[in-house]
Amino acid sequence: MVLLRKNFVSRFFSLIPLLILFFLAFSETDFNFEKLSFLSFNLIYIVIFYWVLKKPDILGYGFIFLAGIVNDVVIGLPIGVSSITYLILAGFAAYVRYLTVQPSLIYDWIIFVPSIAVTNSVYFYILRIFFDIQINYITLALNTGITILFYPVIGILFSFLANIIIKEKNV
Amino acid sequence: MVTSRDDFSIAIRSAFLKKGVKQKFSLLALIIASIILLSLEAINSKSLNFVRSAIKDVIYRTSFIASIPGNSIVPVFTKIQNYFEVYEQYEIVKSKLQQLENQQNQINYLKIENVKLKKIIDDTDIYDYESVITKVLVDKKSPFLKSVILNKGFNSGLKKGMPVLDGPYFVGRITEVNYLSSRALLINDLNSKIPVLIEPMGYQAIMSGTGDKPALLEFLPKNHQLEAGSLVYTSGTGGIFFPGIPIGQVELIEKKFHIKFFSDLSQLYLVNVITSKLIGSEQ
Repeated sequence: MVLLRKNFVSRFFSLIPLLILFFLAFSETDFNFEKLSFLSFNLIYIVIFYWVLKKPDILGYGFIFLAGIVNDVVIGLPIGVSSITYLILAGFAAYVRYLTVQPSLIYDWIIFVPSIAVTNSVYFYILRIFFDIQINYITLALNTGITILFYPVIGILFSFLANIIIKEKNV
Repeated sequence: MVTSRDDFSIAIRSAFLKKGVKQKFSLLALIIASIILLSLEAINSKSLNFVRSAIKDVIYRTSFIASIPGNSIVPVFTKIQNYFEVYEQYEIVKSKLQQLENQQNQINYLKIENVKLKKIIDDTDIYDYESVITKVLVDKKSPFLKSVILNKGFNSGLKKGMPVLDGPYFVGRITEVNYLSSRALLINDLNSKIPVLIEPMGYQAIMSGTGDKPALLEFLPKNHQLEAGSLVYTSGTGGIFFPGIPIGQVELIEKKFHIKFFSDLSQLYLVNVITSKLIGSEQ
C-alpha cells in the first residue's frame, strides 16, 4: 500500500511539467496580458527549455511535437510551425545538457538567450517567407525579451518541483 | 564546458540523433516530421482536408474544455470591478437615455422616409440578410494573431469569406471552416484588409489591422479632408461583404487616420455570421 502510494505521488509530480505544457497549448491561458501586451511571455518555451535541460525523461520529444501541433491548431497557424520551433528549442537544451559539466541557473539563463532568439527567428521566417503571414516583429521581440526575463523566476519554481520529484523517487 | 571540435560534434549528434532513456523518437526524426506536416499544408486535397478538419474539430473542443477553469475565474474579477463602476455608469446612461429618446423619434421619421425613397430608386435593403448566431468557443488572445474559433461549421451553412458581426457591427470574416467549428479572422489582425466607406465624405479606403492598436486607414484619396469622428462602414467593393455594415469611427493618432472599432474585439461572445449571398457576388 505504501509502495503504491509512493508510486502514485512520484508519478503525479513527474506528470506536472507535461500537464502544464498541454494545458498551455490547449487552453486560452497564454500569459498574453490583453491590457499589458508588453508583459506577455511564452511560458511554453520556458517549460520546454527547462525540463529538456534538467530532466529530459519527464518531457518526451514526442509530447513536445504533439503540443506544437495542438498550439498551431488553437492559434490558427499552419500545422507544424510550433512543433519545429519547440523541437529546435529542445535541441538547444539537449545540446547544452551534453556539454555542461556543472549546471547552474545563471549559465542556463545565458544559454536561453541565443536559444530563444534563434527559435523565434525561425518561427518568424517560416511564417513570413513560406506562408506570408504577417507577424509584428516588435511584439515578438518584446515577448522574447520578457520570456528571457521571466526564465530565472520560473526556473526557481521549477527547481523546487524538480527537487520534490527527485525526493519522491528516492523515498 | 568542453570546447574541442570533436566534443562539439558529439554533443550535436547526441542532442539530435540519440534517443534518451524514455524517449521514443529522436529530435531529428520529429523535426523532419514537422517539416513534412508543414509541406502538407500547401497541398489542398479532399482527403487531407477531411483529416485536417477532423483533427481541428477534436482539438477545438478539447481546447474549449481545457479553457473552462481559467474562464470561470476571470468573470469573478470582472464582476467585482463592474459593481464599482455601476453607479457612475448609471448617471451617464440616464442622461444618454434622454438624448436617445429624442433621437429615436427622429430615426423613426427618417426610417419611414428611407423606405419611401428606396421604393422610388428600387434598391434592396442592406440589412435584409440571413445570419447564423454562433458562440465564440476559443479566443486565444494572442498578441500576434487575432482570430476566434466559432462553434459552428459547414454543417450550419458557414463558408469561407462570410462576414462576422457582433450585434450590428462588423468584426471579421470566416477564414477556415470545419464540420463543427470555424475560425474568424478579426479586423484588427495584421493580415486583415477590408474595403471601407467613410461617411459623410463618401471616401473609399482600405482598413488594415494593426494588432492591438486601432486599425489603420490606407489608400485614402489624394487631397482628402478626412476628419476625426467620421463613421466607417463596409463598402461592399469586390462583392465580398454587404455594404453599409458599421465598423467604427475615425480617429487621428500621430498624424495618421485610424479606426476605433464600435465593438470590443476582446470581449466577443455571441456573434452573427451572415450566410446570405450578396446580390451579384459569387460567394
